[in-house]
Amino acid sequence: MLKMTHLSKVYRTEVVETYALRDFNINVNEGEFVAVTGPSGSGKTTFLTIAGLLETFTGGQYHLDGVEVSNLNDNERSKIRNEKIGFIFQAFNLIPDLNVYDNVEVPLRYRGMKGPERKDRIMNALERVGLASRAKHYPAELSGGQQQRVAIARALAGSPRLLLADEPTGNLDTQMARGVMELLEEIHREGATIVMVTHDPELAARAQRNVHIIDGQVVDLAEDPRFHQAVHAARANSPA
Amino acid sequence: MFAYYLQLGLRSLRKNPLLTALMVMAIGFGVAASMTTYSVFRATSNNPIPNKSSRLYVPQIDNWGPEDAAENKGEPPSAMSYTDAINLMRDKRGKRQTALYPIGLSIVPDDVNMLPFRENSYGVYADAFAMFDIPFIYGGGWNAADDDAHSAVAVIGRELNDKLFRGANSVGREINLNGRSYRITGVMDKWHPEPLFFDAVNTNGFDDPTEVFVPFTRAVELKISTNGNNNCNRDAGNGWDAWIHSECVWTGFWVELPTTADADAYRQYLNGYSAEQQRAGRFKWAPNTRLRNVMEWLDYQKVVPQEAKVSLLVSLGFLLICLVNTVGLLLAKFLKRSAEIGVRRALGASRKEIYLQFLIEAGSIGLAGGVLGLLLTGLGVLGVSLVFEPDIAKLATLDMSLMALTLLVAILATVLAAFYPTWRAAQVQPAWQLKSN
Repeated sequence: MLKMTHLSKVYRTEVVETYALRDFNINVNEGEFVAVTGPSGSGKTTFLTIAGLLETFTGGQYHLDGVEVSNLNDNERSKIRNEKIGFIFQAFNLIPDLNVYDNVEVPLRYRGMKGPERKDRIMNALERVGLASRAKHYPAELSGGQQQRVAIARALAGSPRLLLADEPTGNLDTQMARGVMELLEEIHREGATIVMVTHDPELAARAQRNVHIIDGQVVDLAEDPRFHQAVHAARANSPA
Repeated sequence: MFAYYLQLGLRSLRKNPLLTALMVMAIGFGVAASMTTYSVFRATSNNPIPNKSSRLYVPQIDNWGPEDAAENKGEPPSAMSYTDAINLMRDKRGKRQTALYPIGLSIVPDDVNMLPFRENSYGVYADAFAMFDIPFIYGGGWNAADDDAHSAVAVIGRELNDKLFRGANSVGREINLNGRSYRITGVMDKWHPEPLFFDAVNTNGFDDPTEVFVPFTRAVELKISTNGNNNCNRDAGNGWDAWIHSECVWTGFWVELPTTADADAYRQYLNGYSAEQQRAGRFKWAPNTRLRNVMEWLDYQKVVPQEAKVSLLVSLGFLLICLVNTVGLLLAKFLKRSAEIGVRRALGASRKEIYLQFLIEAGSIGLAGGVLGLLLTGLGVLGVSLVFEPDIAKLATLDMSLMALTLLVAILATVLAAFYPTWRAAQVQPAWQLKSN
């Protein structure tokens, strides 16, 4: 589904070059739930924005659903983002001037979908996250957990092949975070491919596979005892 | 997507009414100032006879010599002497031609309850009616034989016909002009070219409609003097005959020349005629002639008042300043929504879609500015008389074309002003925007 080979991302200024990703390799299969972990500044979010075609990369190759994306123009990248990828952000990123219904509608508008089909998809997505009754509410009238559920509904409404989540529970309290995580697991069980960036070892432990990034490179977790300790501790604390 | 973007645009405008009001006012005032002055400029620079303006010409002949011409940048007099006008009429080198001059005629109604009154009147030749495309509701102009015979015939205007004959067909009936009876050959439909090209010299291009035409030859025979300018470079002598055979210039002259080849031939003819006058001892200088078509003639006569040009330029400058302000306001408004742009880009909006969304939003601001501009233009047109002469001020009208133009200019100007802010908005990098959140 997602394959990056020897990928690099360099930020250049007049005096310095900074490698955000270096010889970065990853392969995510269809239907996988992968957690991406790593310390702050390790390149997790850069990986996610490149994976979501929000940013270009400097070198290497990136195949998304079998398509090499490095030579695509803005229109083609936008179309793939719209049709194949769903985003869930830490800060929810709902548009404050639009109500819940209109927020979920945004990606469907760019797909040129007709009104009745949009309505069906929006209401189905909102029912799935349990917010159909809040369709006319504005983001400011919802709790953080509810806002993140709206963001998930927005990501789901377009039936994407790949769901990219950046610290989806980072701005939520424990109870709300648990609810959002359960929702993601349910979506995964139904067949979606999910790549989730997180700082939280407990959340990472609930994914099928963990990828650890340090200094812009994927490291072999089997050789990192700190990771095993963190996972062990997280599992011990898990209510399940 | 247009309706969706328009809906988003209107919602965004409602969200910040103060900023929206500032932009709408900037556009509204800027457009209103430009359109008010443009309405005057348009009226004064109008082509009064678009179908024929390139075929109708005013010939000029220098019968005064280089000393007098030097005072006028070497140009011959704007009017013609009677001698030259009659000679050019005799030679008939154009397809049609007419000498003309404004005359003061008193109309004496048959109805004893009505007092005599004056109307704008001209002495012309029969060709004038076809040359100037004068429309008729009844009858038509007289013919060349009437010119030759100095016939007592007249063409009157629709308004005068309404006044004297209550709108009935008066062709063949008599009208009393200066105490003499004239047979009416035709009643003109409304005909009021603006500017009044055929007598720009005496009217500066603007006057009330002409209501009576009589034969030039008849007017001269009856010694009806000109109601317009009479310029002499030396003493004309005493009496009518001395005056009309003097070098005083007071007649207008128009000639119809269908092709540029005809115009070139006519120029040669004018020079040949002047050379002939030189040989005959009347002119003591080399030929100095001109031949200008309608628009060239109006331009030469400076029919567009200088203040109309200056005010148009000033108001366009004002519009530019308003637009620069609008650019700043739009930039602030659009970039404040960088987060929204980032989200939209992430959800599948291409740069093109962002352009479209924000340009349509700008267009809706322009439309609102245009509506305000329309109201202000209406007020401006009413107040034009405070700046311009009454004859010119009354030409400024807020008609359908000016209304449409006001809205169009407002929308286009705002969309133009929005290009830079929109370009900046479309450059928002979604990755950075979302990371910073």
